[in-house]
Amino acid sequence: MSRAESLPKSDTEPEPDTESETEPGTEAEAGTGANAKSAARPGGRGPSRATTRAGVTAEPRAGRTPSPLWTLGLFRNELVTTFRRWRTIALLGVLAAVPILIGISIRVETRGGSTAGGGGEGPAFIAQITNNGLFLVFTALAVTLPFFLPMAIGVVAGDAIAGEANAGTLRYLLVAPAGRTRLLLTKYATTMTFCLVATLVVAVSAFAVGALLFPLGELTTISGTRIGFAEGLGRALLIALVVSASLTGVAALGLFVSTLTNSGIAAMATTVGLVITVQILDQIPQLHALQPYFFSHYWLSFADLMRDPVYWDDLVRNLGLQGLYAAVFGSAAWARFTAKDITA
Amino acid sequence: MEELSAVEPDPAQAAGAAFPADQAGSARTVPAPEPGSTGAVSARKPGGTGAVPVRGGGGTGAVPARKPGGVGTVSARGAGGVGAVSAQDAVIATRALSKRYRGGQLAVDGLDLTVPAGSVFGFLGPNGSGKTTTIRMLMGLIEPTSGTARVLGQPMPRSTRAVLPHVGALIEGPALYGFLSGRDNLVRYDAADPAADPRTRRTRVATALDRVGLTAAAGKKAKAYSLGMKQRLGLAAALLQPRRLLVLDEPTNGLDPQGMREIRSLVRELASDGTTVFLSSHLLDEIEQVCTHAAVMAQGRLITQGPVADLAAGARGRLVVTTPDAGDAARILKEQGVADIVVTETGVTAEPPDRELAHLNAALVTAGVRVRGFGVERASLEDAFVALTGEGFDVAG
Repeated sequence: MSRAESLPKSDTEPEPDTESETEPGTEAEAGTGANAKSAARPGGRGPSRATTRAGVTAEPRAGRTPSPLWTLGLFRNELVTTFRRWRTIALLGVLAAVPILIGISIRVETRGGSTAGGGGEGPAFIAQITNNGLFLVFTALAVTLPFFLPMAIGVVAGDAIAGEANAGTLRYLLVAPAGRTRLLLTKYATTMTFCLVATLVVAVSAFAVGALLFPLGELTTISGTRIGFAEGLGRALLIALVVSASLTGVAALGLFVSTLTNSGIAAMATTVGLVITVQILDQIPQLHALQPYFFSHYWLSFADLMRDPVYWDDLVRNLGLQGLYAAVFGSAAWARFTAKDITA
Repeated sequence: MEELSAVEPDPAQAAGAAFPADQAGSARTVPAPEPGSTGAVSARKPGGTGAVPVRGGGGTGAVPARKPGGVGTVSARGAGGVGAVSAQDAVIATRALSKRYRGGQLAVDGLDLTVPAGSVFGFLGPNGSGKTTTIRMLMGLIEPTSGTARVLGQPMPRSTRAVLPHVGALIEGPALYGFLSGRDNLVRYDAADPAADPRTRRTRVATALDRVGLTAAAGKKAKAYSLGMKQRLGLAAALLQPRRLLVLDEPTNGLDPQGMREIRSLVRELASDGTTVFLSSHLLDEIEQVCTHAAVMAQGRLITQGPVADLAAGARGRLVVTTPDAGDAARILKEQGVADIVVTETGVTAEPPDRELAHLNAALVTAGVRVRGFGVERASLEDAFVALTGEGFDVAG
């Protein structure tokens, strides 16, 4: 901030003639130099303008050079805008409700003393919840990761650019000028933040419900060793982070789809549809050769964090694959969006 | 029908304003080194003074000061349609700007537009004539197929980051976030501008809201706004910073008459502060009231551009005789050799003859025609516009 303060107060009113005389063909370079030069252009008119609209006009001309910090203003604003939307709050509400439902149903089912999921197949860790409420966090993440979380991400990512185009606000953002790369990065960063927040909402809600309805304490890992509650909590947090990182691929894919269309609904539907399709394909044995490249293939590898020692192979493969998706579809989105004619 | 006849005088006489489309097209292809032929449009007019008709007292001095060579000279680069405006003084200058959409439709065809600094520039044209495509190219939203566009002296869309902070724009109506309040909408647009100082954001937003008369409704969600209020909010977004250029596409759409008046006075006020205003509208009297310059587009081509007074002067006026004895009046006028006589409900209109009009009046009165009114009605911009773009109501495909 203080840096901005010290910025060129000097280019407020230079004697404009010398400066504006410069050959207008040469100022190809964008940014500060060109900016300052054009600011000096209207020459003789400057003073009269400053007097008519005193406070507002006279001052900001000095501050026209962008400060690096200010460019984050759009990101902050985007975050606030996204998380204040009804739609976002509703999505988070649905995600928070999932662990509550699971917790209550297990509690009701096991009231007689039987163990949950006894005999039958259920989501990972579900049998352990009655022993330790912390396992509800793992179960809830395992339940939401295949569908609820990617769906929520698909909605937010798919709407990112297409929704703005649909509302017509995209053109005003770009004319502001937000800058296409900057806007795209802002949108991706916001979607990633949403991934993290959505995962944490599930985890926190699950932990709260687990703590309320079931005992807490030492827990047994998949490998059979016992770890303390504090370490268990640490692993739960780590798992939440891995789960949200598992969603970066979907986020990049959604953002790319979002740059292809001017309809927010179409982009959301396409992204969510892709998520479902890929998961169905992942179940077909004949596609065995392709499956390691599906973004959802290693999603449930987060359970390996509950082994002792942790089994890293699939976790690393998962993160690598997500990085690949982010790179490929991120570049595709960038290439598409920066070359696109904005007609909406 | 009657307005059509106004085109008939030979183009030379019509002083450039009434160039038929094909003529304007060929004039454009004249190589730049011969500015005389193109520049003649306004340079020939003695009243028009070929000089850059910079609006208001404000910036006029700057023009000759910077170009001692003489106001009338046309620099090789700036030999656009308007006589004496050189490229350096132009806030917007396009050269052979064209846009062909993917479908193959040529939306803008070889546009040479020159908007002088300090002008209020009216951009006219029927629906589908390429106005909005042009504006979008100027704002860097659309990549031109060929040709160049310079805004504030810098190439677009390459220099969007440097140019656009100085440009306020209202393009094809306002677009708002319905779930945000009016104030938060402005805050968001301001945050999108990396050159906007966040410390003055609140103040500037409040000032802009006040300027368009929305202070009372600033806290309401934008989806509850009426069309006029949305339009005002869109304008406020364009006024968040002091701008050097304002691009307003149909700014009075959806406004009530008071709103229209306010916008007009706002435009005048901004212009007197030295802001160049580029105004697209289909309301011709609005353009005539506010603008100093105008350009007319039809079917993707620029038909004419120049000072508004010259454009309106291009279309010839009509002799109007108000009388209850229309039949007699028509007969007498015909005997006097007046052409193109049309009998209307209130009297007769005709093409004004070159000779002394008083004789005509005397002839009418002598013949016992009860003349209630007699005179030449100056052609409005609308007449000029229709003369240039044709009567047809159908949208060009």
